[in-house]
Amino acid sequence: MLDSKVPAGPLAQKWSKHKFEMKLVNPANKRKFTIIVVGTGLAGASAAASLAELGYNVKTFCYQDSPRRAHSIAAQGGINAAKDYQNDGDSVFRLFYDTIKGGDYRAREANVYRLAEVSTNIIDQCVAQGVPFAREYGGLLDNRSFGGAQVSRTFYARGQTGQQLLLGAYSALNRQIHKGKVKSYTRHEMLDLVKIDGQARGIVTRDLVTGKIESHEGHAVLLCTGGYGNVFFLSTNAMGCNVTAAWRAHKRGALFANPCYTQIHPTCIPVTGDHQSKLTLMSESLRNDGRVWVPRTVELAQKLQKGELKAVDIKEEDRDYFLERKYPSFGNLVPRDVASRNAKEAVDEGRGVGKTGVAVFLDFAEAIGRLGEDTVREKYGNLFDMYYQITDENPYKQPMRIYPAVHYTMGGVWVDYNLMTTVPGLYALGECNFSDHGANRLGASALMQGLSDGYFVIPYTVGDYLANLGSFAPVDKNHPAFEETRKEVETRINALLALNGTKTVDDLHKELGLIMWEYCGMARTAEGLTKAKGLIQNLKKEFWSNAKVLGENEELNMSLEKAGRVADFIELGELMVDDALNRRESCGGHFRLESQTEEGEALRIDEEFTYVSAWEFKGENQPEVLHKEELVFENVKLTQRSYK
Amino acid sequence: MSKSKPVLSSSIGKKLIMSLTGLFLCMFLIVHLIGNLQLFKDDAGLAFNKYAYFMTHFTPIKVVSYLLYASVIIHVIYAIVISLKNKAARPIGYASYDGSANSKWNSRNMGILGTVILVFLATHMSNFWWKYHNDQTPYIEYRTDLSTGVTTHQEIQAADFHDYSIVSENGVEIVKARDLYKQVDYAFKNVGLVALYVIAMAALAFHLIHGFQSAFQTVGFNHKRYIGLVQFIGVWVFGVIIPILFAAMPLYFYFR
Amino acid sequence: MSAHMNLTLKVWRQKNDKSKGQFVTVQANDIADDMSFLEMLDIVNDELTRKGEDPIYFDHDCREGICGMCSLVINGRPHGPKYGITTCQLHMRSFHDGQTIVIEPWRAAAFPVLKDLAVDRTSFDRIQQAGGYTNVNTGGAQDANNILIPKRIADEAFESATCIGCGACVAACKNASAMLFVSAKISQFALLPQGQTERYERAQAMVDQMDAEGFGNCTNTGACEAECPKGIKLTNIARMNREYLGAKLFREEDIHG
Repeated sequence: MLDSKVPAGPLAQKWSKHKFEMKLVNPANKRKFTIIVVGTGLAGASAAASLAELGYNVKTFCYQDSPRRAHSIAAQGGINAAKDYQNDGDSVFRLFYDTIKGGDYRAREANVYRLAEVSTNIIDQCVAQGVPFAREYGGLLDNRSFGGAQVSRTFYARGQTGQQLLLGAYSALNRQIHKGKVKSYTRHEMLDLVKIDGQARGIVTRDLVTGKIESHEGHAVLLCTGGYGNVFFLSTNAMGCNVTAAWRAHKRGALFANPCYTQIHPTCIPVTGDHQSKLTLMSESLRNDGRVWVPRTVELAQKLQKGELKAVDIKEEDRDYFLERKYPSFGNLVPRDVASRNAKEAVDEGRGVGKTGVAVFLDFAEAIGRLGEDTVREKYGNLFDMYYQITDENPYKQPMRIYPAVHYTMGGVWVDYNLMTTVPGLYALGECNFSDHGANRLGASALMQGLSDGYFVIPYTVGDYLANLGSFAPVDKNHPAFEETRKEVETRINALLALNGTKTVDDLHKELGLIMWEYCGMARTAEGLTKAKGLIQNLKKEFWSNAKVLGENEELNMSLEKAGRVADFIELGELMVDDALNRRESCGGHFRLESQTEEGEALRIDEEFTYVSAWEFKGENQPEVLHKEELVFENVKLTQRSYK
Repeated sequence: MSKSKPVLSSSIGKKLIMSLTGLFLCMFLIVHLIGNLQLFKDDAGLAFNKYAYFMTHFTPIKVVSYLLYASVIIHVIYAIVISLKNKAARPIGYASYDGSANSKWNSRNMGILGTVILVFLATHMSNFWWKYHNDQTPYIEYRTDLSTGVTTHQEIQAADFHDYSIVSENGVEIVKARDLYKQVDYAFKNVGLVALYVIAMAALAFHLIHGFQSAFQTVGFNHKRYIGLVQFIGVWVFGVIIPILFAAMPLYFYFR
Repeated sequence: MSAHMNLTLKVWRQKNDKSKGQFVTVQANDIADDMSFLEMLDIVNDELTRKGEDPIYFDHDCREGICGMCSLVINGRPHGPKYGITTCQLHMRSFHDGQTIVIEPWRAAAFPVLKDLAVDRTSFDRIQQAGGYTNVNTGGAQDANNILIPKRIADEAFESATCIGCGACVAACKNASAMLFVSAKISQFALLPQGQTERYERAQAMVDQMDAEGFGNCTNTGACEAECPKGIKLTNIARMNREYLGAKLFREEDIHG
């Protein structure tokens, strides 16, 4: 059933061959089609602008007050591209290879190759838009090595690359809004997908200000709604990030792939208490100079936790630089999943630091001694300031405390090579889909994928679908499907508003987060996951019987907004647990304690699990059905990752 | 892109008008000050009265003076127009507004400072300009012995004489003129007026400390190499030296 | 380690854009000093919700100082008592036990209140739509390194481009002027070679839209620069004035109607 539609032929020619073979829509006919874009981050804004430039009518939707506020804006580090400007041996194939390997061989070769191939166009496009990338004195673009990569292929704009790229895409979108080709709906949330004869033909939205439930028709619907990291309650995602649009689409027939693949980023500011609402990421680049350590003994750690000792009081021989000890060749620069897991281990052993004992040190004393405080300030000043602002601790004088936090979700809506989901006419782009990062995403690749999908893939593939529709007729607004779907949405809103129990939606969301973090976080076991499944099912029952939702529909109602999102997160959480249970191997961000090498590293089981898990919704409270897309590797050899 | 609005109806156009009229008035202040410094000369007003005649009768200066009156009026009208627009831009104000945390008091109160200056200007003009132009000042005759350089003076009646004359006869230069100097001397015996002048000059100082550099900012002149010079001139020349010297004049006459 | 405090909040409550608002006094008890300001409000809202009362609506999203969504005037200062940060980065250690905190929305005719502390900033979007872009379509761009940009210029353009569009400049300005925001975008493109083609049209179009939205007029008080969480400089406004006046006085023929 699952046809990835990967074109035949040699890897390097697949995309150009496919571009030629796809059908085109005559320029005069493009204006007869309307395309709905949900989400205005890198993927959404770039897709909407590019499609409008081609002549399609586009409607964009975002829950924020402006398209510019999508959470792509928070990406710090940079964007990869195989430009080889540094003459250090980079190439499209090397970027492809690194991405496949980094994803622990759980991504689709053809998609990843295409991503690497168009990466160079992205940089050209962004520079033409006026994105102020970092430059060298000669005026050429600067690059840096990122996330332990062997080549310098990361383009960046200080620590605000995501912001600058998003503002570039936003400006392209604005240009089309000004021309009247894009109609932008802000403070609107997609609450359902409208299908007619099996095809995606529209969406139902709620105007978050007035509460008005509206139907919007279109010939294709693009989900560019980001990831679902907020299922953990605490994550580096924005407060409003949610899975609702994707989940609604899933319930309308779009398969959901690899939901258990989540990326836990090692360098975040630790949780300080129950009041914590979100976690703040500190750029990965800190590990280039910072040394990660915990005390050698539990006793010393406890004294630190109680404040009887300070970090600087711990003698050198009493410190355990555990990454350097265990991975002499990569040291503090091991991939994100490895660094995160080892920090968790140290904390689980009782050697964590800080008041809560749930943190490890990231120490710059050695770097300050070696480079001088001024040089360190120049490199990391803004990050140190941010850390100081949040913790009130001076990282120049004492080590930072860091702990891993949920950062990115590699899983998402299943798509074929054309980025189309299993619902015809429904597409998923960017973090919302599952396609390019396998089980683990490399640093500086998320921005690349969002823009690749939006600028350079979807403009071609959507055209092919529309050209094959065989009709230029507008979507029938009066089709009963619109009214039916709208009614279902209203029924659900009324059901939520009727909830008048004793627990707030946040209470339940936090409970869900704790379950997910404990059992479906950095290390997972069959036993824990089975327990989690039961807990989540109970939580779902409790939600629908004991949640408290206030107010009415016809107002800005955050209680209602949250309730709808958390209800979907709970259902997704159960699917994540199912997926994690099914995948009895360790790979990338998914670490099953049952599947380790003798040295305690992740052990893939390629003969059994070299597939994409794609789950099909079968009805409320019914078990989802697993479909497998076998992954075929013709161009790379599967190896076990090693960073010793 | 569509047809753009006329420059003067735009926000920046209005700023430009404020800036240019303001800078023109600043230039006038320098000229006015230099002339008025002659008040400090102990010559019973001979130099000053000569200067006053020159300023009111030399055609190019007269043209400039009309520009000056126009500048004052335009500066005031645009200030009102902009203030009204700014008021409308925030119909509901803050219950708590801590402006001192982010800006200087004078920069936020240019309207109040300007109003003080305007009241002053009206008084100033009616006391001197109006009286001078409407023949309400006394007359004076100076006789200077050109060989010794000694000058004597005496008040003369308007009936005997009209306007201004300068003649030399028998080695004596005789100057007859309207005695604005005396009018100054007389006016500044009034403590209320002196106080108004001193307060107005303080207002002028604060108005210009902000206004001078603000005018440069408005016309787009904010270059890191020269902005320091502009600020220096704004503060020290227009904010300190000029207002103090002007304020010294009424005080000088009051206390002498 | 962390101290706890009790606070009195005077919060602006307003049902929607049509109703009249008023200040309501709410207690915030047992607030830890390592909480962020928004987490303090979360706790207040949590209590209100448990009591069945409508929680206080405020805009926020990323909570890491970059999305520009949070927008509170706290004790008369946009983004609160500290400089160079957004409201979400403000922590309770900047306050003391027993303090009364006045919380208001951004106030400007061009930013109507939607509910409580949230305002409508779509006027900013419309200004950007008027000209805040280069006219390039996807696909036709030349190789990125064909455009050489001196590092100094690229850095300066970045300094302008770093604006997060929060509107604190408008909120701080006694005239509710948006010139810092508008000038930042005009500057970014005026500095970069990519922005030259539409340079003068852009300045005129964006300023016209800014005026049409009903923002006030700049009187160079510098409050915007002082309160900007991203340190956007007043020199941007000078540059905008130059660009605009240059366009108007010397290049009007460049506009095509």
